[in-house]
Amino acid sequence: MPRLKSATDLEARRQEILARRDPKRPCVTICSGTGCHAYGSEKVAQAFAAEIGKNGLKEKVDIRRTGCHGYCERGTIVVIFPQEICYLRVKPEDVPEIIETTLVKGEVVERLLYEGEDAQKIIHEGDIPFYKHQSRIVFGPNRFIDPKSIDDYIARGGYAALAKVLSGMTPEAVLAEVKKANLRGRGGGGFPAGTKWETTRNAPGEPKYVIVNADEGDPGAYMDRSLLEGNPHSVLEGLTIGAYAIGASQGFVYVRQEYPLAVENLNAALEQARDYGLLGKNILGSGFDFDVMVHRGAGAFVSGESSALMTAIEGRVGEPRPKYIRTAISGIWGKPSNLNNVETWATVPLIIDKGADWFSGIGTKGSKGTKIFSLVGKVNNTGLVEVAMGMTLREIIYDIGGGIPGGKKFKAVQTGGPSGGVIPESLINTPVDFDELNKVGSMMGSGGMIVMDEDNCMVDVARYFLNFLSEESCGQCVPCREGIYQMLKILNRICAGQGRSGDIELLEEIAEVVRDASLCALGATAPNPVLSTIKYFRDEYQAHVEERRCPAGVCKELISYYIDPKKCQACLLCLRNCPVEAISGGKNLVHVIDQDKCTKCGACLEVCPTRFGAVVKLSGVPVPEAVSAGTEVKRKTRGEK
Amino acid sequence: MSKLSLTINNHKVTTEEGTSILEAARSAGIDIPTLCYHEKLAPRGACRLCLVEITKGQRKRLVTSCVYLAEEGLKIETESEPVVRIRKMLLELMLASSPGVKAIQDYARRYGITRSRFDIEPDFCILCGLCVRYCNEVKGKNAIGFVGRGTNRKVMFFPDIAAEECPKCGECFPLCPTGVIPSNYALAKLPHFTYDNIRL
Repeated sequence: MPRLKSATDLEARRQEILARRDPKRPCVTICSGTGCHAYGSEKVAQAFAAEIGKNGLKEKVDIRRTGCHGYCERGTIVVIFPQEICYLRVKPEDVPEIIETTLVKGEVVERLLYEGEDAQKIIHEGDIPFYKHQSRIVFGPNRFIDPKSIDDYIARGGYAALAKVLSGMTPEAVLAEVKKANLRGRGGGGFPAGTKWETTRNAPGEPKYVIVNADEGDPGAYMDRSLLEGNPHSVLEGLTIGAYAIGASQGFVYVRQEYPLAVENLNAALEQARDYGLLGKNILGSGFDFDVMVHRGAGAFVSGESSALMTAIEGRVGEPRPKYIRTAISGIWGKPSNLNNVETWATVPLIIDKGADWFSGIGTKGSKGTKIFSLVGKVNNTGLVEVAMGMTLREIIYDIGGGIPGGKKFKAVQTGGPSGGVIPESLINTPVDFDELNKVGSMMGSGGMIVMDEDNCMVDVARYFLNFLSEESCGQCVPCREGIYQMLKILNRICAGQGRSGDIELLEEIAEVVRDASLCALGATAPNPVLSTIKYFRDEYQAHVEERRCPAGVCKELISYYIDPKKCQACLLCLRNCPVEAISGGKNLVHVIDQDKCTKCGACLEVCPTRFGAVVKLSGVPVPEAVSAGTEVKRKTRGEK
Repeated sequence: MSKLSLTINNHKVTTEEGTSILEAARSAGIDIPTLCYHEKLAPRGACRLCLVEITKGQRKRLVTSCVYLAEEGLKIETESEPVVRIRKMLLELMLASSPGVKAIQDYARRYGITRSRFDIEPDFCILCGLCVRYCNEVKGKNAIGFVGRGTNRKVMFFPDIAAEECPKCGECFPLCPTGVIPSNYALAKLPHFTYDNIRL
């Protein structure tokens, strides 16, 4: 493939690609993001290839494996072009029917369509409520592109922004545009990217470096992963534009080793971009040289912190250092180094392409553009969602997420990953915006959003995150290492029903010191889960400590299962399902749980028929004395409640 | 080097550019507690005891005095309320993990901490890292290093390097505020002791 030597060459290549492609030709696109991959999307893709061959359609139909579409709840997602018919939860066995009905007859397979509340079927992806309320400007192209094909990216106008920059914009003009757009860092801090770029550009010292932070480590968050897997060229294009503006000739992508598909697709993208002359020496004939190296991280959450990440790139242990001189001025090997997150870089080409005014027209006063969130937890539609800044949490959870499953009551949403905080129902109208989320004691973070319902215990939630952080703290500074450890110990004993009076206050006291005294942002934000749960759910902590009661019925040491002898119909279900044989009784005999044997797994409650409702979960009250063995059941008569 | 003047606890202090707040304060006879600082080593800012409060314009903030460089006209409080509150908690936390270490006991006494509210789980090493950094920065040998993360962090001799280097050096031993490094080394050097027949 001859290298592209100018912007004109790139446009000619694009036209050439488009001319080769017939927009009317059917194309089966199969989501091959991590979620769908886990559902078996590769088997679906292979089934399509085999069936299309069998039906003699090989010359008439294309197959494309795309990046993540976002609606991971309903994978594997298959979209058939040109009609854009969207099939959900496609299994390999559905493939012959899709081919027969849609590709041969041109009809729709009704049963694989999205079904709305009123049993109405929806054909197009964009009309599904999950997608309808989103603004997928950064994440959207994923579903049209084969991440391993640079032609797919170019066909959709990819690298046009880079060509525009290299053929007619000065680095200063690029900087001015990004500053004007007020793009804020998507990795968590929300620092204005343009200002950071300018600092690095103006800092003394050569060479300068640009870095992609793809060390996404928050439990339950995978937006950076899906972007890097699904559309690696958009990240590379943004990075190259940034390098030009900053004056860097070397870039790094720090990506987790645990993201093998991202590494694979990224390396493929790098190779193609080099072949096309979009990386390397004299990019698009402009005289600008830039290349990128991939650095695979070894699985430390703290390495996402800028100074730790740069130390790791240098080949040393990824531990943060105190930085009164910012990494933008003194980063990798003491050279000016500009670090931005995957999503931030992927947003850059859009700003150049469509202009700062277009970008800053989206969002709120202080937070422009869109943000990708990974919407997970107790919500009907889990997946990746991209919304305009300023959308309220309520809209995200209810309009896009489809509300809470099983008719349960919403309790709180945890944003910002392990260092974020929980936001209670009373603040559910808070808009997603860097500053507004900080105000309510949480943060944007990199975009994790975990929805919780009435069955989530807030003390347990705080404990979960502290446990994560205690394992991920690097351990060099005292407040983070010892403070998190002691907070976790207190949370553990509160959950175990051994909370002491004064524990809540002690937690707050430690939390404040850890927040104020820690060396890096991991420690400084680590107390957020504790402080925010105490702030909004103090009564729940008090119930644990003072009444030995877990209101949500989660903490095992504080709950007991009990069979109401008046309601038990001796159906034997719980008795048979108890994994530790803690239930005695028999035919016609009231079932009784041996509290000493019970491991509180809840299997009995789950299997007890709702019409009996005999098994109950108790917390904070003593278990009533068991009936004597051999007591016969009181049969319900017909119609009796 | 140009001279700078700053105010530390309402005293005027003159120092040279490039000096840390900690060094400036100590040379003026104002003591700031530290556990991980040593004049021969690059400051690490790990123990956090040396945090002080600085005022710039209207804004007050906490900085690590061993790393933060003196600036002209800077106002510094080394014993302000937030600073003392933090030091007390840090010492209380360290008393739980290393109750027997004299350096910690002395500082605890200075800040009126007599007992820790946390369960005592005694360990000898306080993870100040002086030995590790000395071996790396001054000797360039890396015979000793940190392994593990968080509360599992430990200082370990790397046997192949240590066997070669430590017998002729031992310069980190006097730096150790707890004595655990020379003790561990001595244990490993016990006569008639061999790992050969131990199944680990």
